[in-house]
Amino acid sequence: MNGKRILASALTAALALGGSALAADKPAELKVGITAFLSGPASVFGEPAKAAADMIIADLNANGGIGGVPVTTYFVDEGAGGEALLAEYRRLVQDVGVDAMFASISSGNCNKIAPLAEDLKILNFMWDCGTQRILEESEYRYVYRTQANATPEMLATVLYLLKTQPDFKTIAVVNQDYAWGRDSWDIFLTALKAMKPDVEVVAEFFPKFGAPDFSTEISRLQALRPDVILSTSWGGDLDTFVKQAAQRGLTNTSVFVLPLAESSLQRLGSSLGAGHIVGGRGDHYFLHPEKRDDAAYTAFVEAFNEETGAYPIYPVFHISQAIAALKAAYEKAIEANGGEWPEREMVVDAMEGLTFAGLGRSVTIRADGQGIEDQLLGTTIVVDEYDFAVLDNMMIFDGDAITTPLGQTSADWLKTLTPEFVESVPADVFSH
Amino acid sequence: MNPQLFALAIFDGIAYAALVFLVAVGLTLIFGVLRVLNVAHGSFYAMGAYATASVGAAIFAAGYSPWLAFPLMLVAAVLVGVIVGGPIEKLLLSRIYEMEEVLQILVTFAVFMILEDVQRLIWGAQPFFEASALMALGNVEVFGITYTAYQLILLPAVAVSVLIGLRLFLRRTLSGKLILAVTEDREAATSIGINAERVYLVTFIVGASLAAFGGALASATTSVQPGMGADMIVLSFAVVATAGLGQIEGAALAALLIGLGRSFAIYLWPELEVLIPYLIMLLVLLIRPEGLFGKSRTRKI
Repeated sequence: MNGKRILASALTAALALGGSALAADKPAELKVGITAFLSGPASVFGEPAKAAADMIIADLNANGGIGGVPVTTYFVDEGAGGEALLAEYRRLVQDVGVDAMFASISSGNCNKIAPLAEDLKILNFMWDCGTQRILEESEYRYVYRTQANATPEMLATVLYLLKTQPDFKTIAVVNQDYAWGRDSWDIFLTALKAMKPDVEVVAEFFPKFGAPDFSTEISRLQALRPDVILSTSWGGDLDTFVKQAAQRGLTNTSVFVLPLAESSLQRLGSSLGAGHIVGGRGDHYFLHPEKRDDAAYTAFVEAFNEETGAYPIYPVFHISQAIAALKAAYEKAIEANGGEWPEREMVVDAMEGLTFAGLGRSVTIRADGQGIEDQLLGTTIVVDEYDFAVLDNMMIFDGDAITTPLGQTSADWLKTLTPEFVESVPADVFSH
Repeated sequence: MNPQLFALAIFDGIAYAALVFLVAVGLTLIFGVLRVLNVAHGSFYAMGAYATASVGAAIFAAGYSPWLAFPLMLVAAVLVGVIVGGPIEKLLLSRIYEMEEVLQILVTFAVFMILEDVQRLIWGAQPFFEASALMALGNVEVFGITYTAYQLILLPAVAVSVLIGLRLFLRRTLSGKLILAVTEDREAATSIGINAERVYLVTFIVGASLAAFGGALASATTSVQPGMGADMIVLSFAVVATAGLGQIEGAALAALLIGLGRSFAIYLWPELEVLIPYLIMLLVLLIRPEGLFGKSRTRKI
């Protein structure tokens, strides 16, 4: 627990003893600002997340809102660029007076927003961005991540690869040339080298973000014939790469490892055949093996499909987690406040140790603000019911075992892993 | 690098250059005649791709032959050129030919931004991928590496045909000669009775259609998604600047240089891939500030 939090909790506790003067008036509405890409390539994530947020919050409000208060959302387009985003963020906090912010999808934006949220003293959920650095390198009182980060996501991918393809020798990587593409490869390679020191990296490609053509990379990969090809790309870039690779038969000669391809499966259609490893940045999958028989879950999946024409993808799960976290935090704070509506600071106090469940398994917020979330990966198979590949041999890894321990940095912790780590991490296995 | 990889790098480079050339040639044609650097050119590329991919997806889903994709590309390209390009020249650009160049670029940039949003309104944010045309042509195996015939044979063939076709059109037909006359000296051409306004309009539509045609051809190979126009316009500028503004044959050579440079970079030094077009441009412009084929012009008083 960090010093600031102890002090703040102690202060709140001391003040709370003073009487019920702290109970705030119940507001007419609970205002939440959400930043998401509604334009640009990453709108493949922002648009479904917005659609899901609208559905989930309409449902929430129909059932009494949070503590009897309906929730109102304000969306900000991350696609407008960093400066515009920060200005909008300030406007929502200072002029509109939102009670909490969910920001954001881009790690770059999270980097800029975390210190701003701290300055503005506004509860901020990093609802989708992946960079592990923010909470490892700085301490925040107001900033929490209601999902995992890049380290457990990449580590789970390495574990799945080593559990299912223990004998592979060579690997190549084709990632987007920006922070995520580079950082995810660093994490993946550090973990892989620690657990399988004899692996050989035969090619590293970082085509530019939004590259329309991977033909040359594919020719080169055909000549090299690596056992495994990793790509942490997403959106149109991933679609293009996989489709061009499939057109030229590369998907038949190498196993593709695609940690974000859960979000592309439906668009890839028959291009992605059987036998490739797919992840979804958490236990996010519309046929979630523990949820697919749950009536409320399947009803949501069907309603979402009805509304948007597609099944939910991981940003939908991520936004559901942020909303669930907000609800859980307010309920915990209300309870701690003797049933009265809490001050904002009390809600922030409620965050540490908070457990909540969105559409997937439950997530717990740790002392550094990081959410501990389980990770699901699977291998593609082709079935009759869907016109795109679905997942089989799914494994869900326990988030506790694969998240960098409190107080350590991922870069150092990953280096301490050994080949024995692969067996030591339990996985729940499910079939399609 | 062994001879096999050398040959592969050349094939990859040519296929890539073909697509870049088709877009760049439209840009350079428009500049050559109208003297306007048209940033909105990237939008024509994107709209050609969107139109082909979305209409194609609909008609193939309805069970029509994938071979229809080829005529569809031509139709989409011409429609984008006429319906989108035509009004832009007639209503907007025709008013600003006398203005400063900076202002002209700003206006076309504004058009580009507006058209980006128009694309989102019409086609949404999800990427399209419609490769029926490419699949219909099948694969070719060269040195144990599988290529698509579409990229290895069709795209270069189309690029060469466009190059030859444009050359013949400009040198041998009346309309082409009128365009050349206006390019050379608008005032003199107008004084002998050439309708310069009409020539401008036709040139702009042809240039826009070429960009849309490039997009239509590209749509079979790539994800059609928001932002694709911006990337292409930047690359086309590099090609056009390397070639010398207004130089059609130069654009072909510059596209080939950049395409080959890029593919060799991927084989030899992948980190350099993104830089290559601009390094080539920098080198050429350092030695020849007017571009490979550009002519230094004496300033008219």
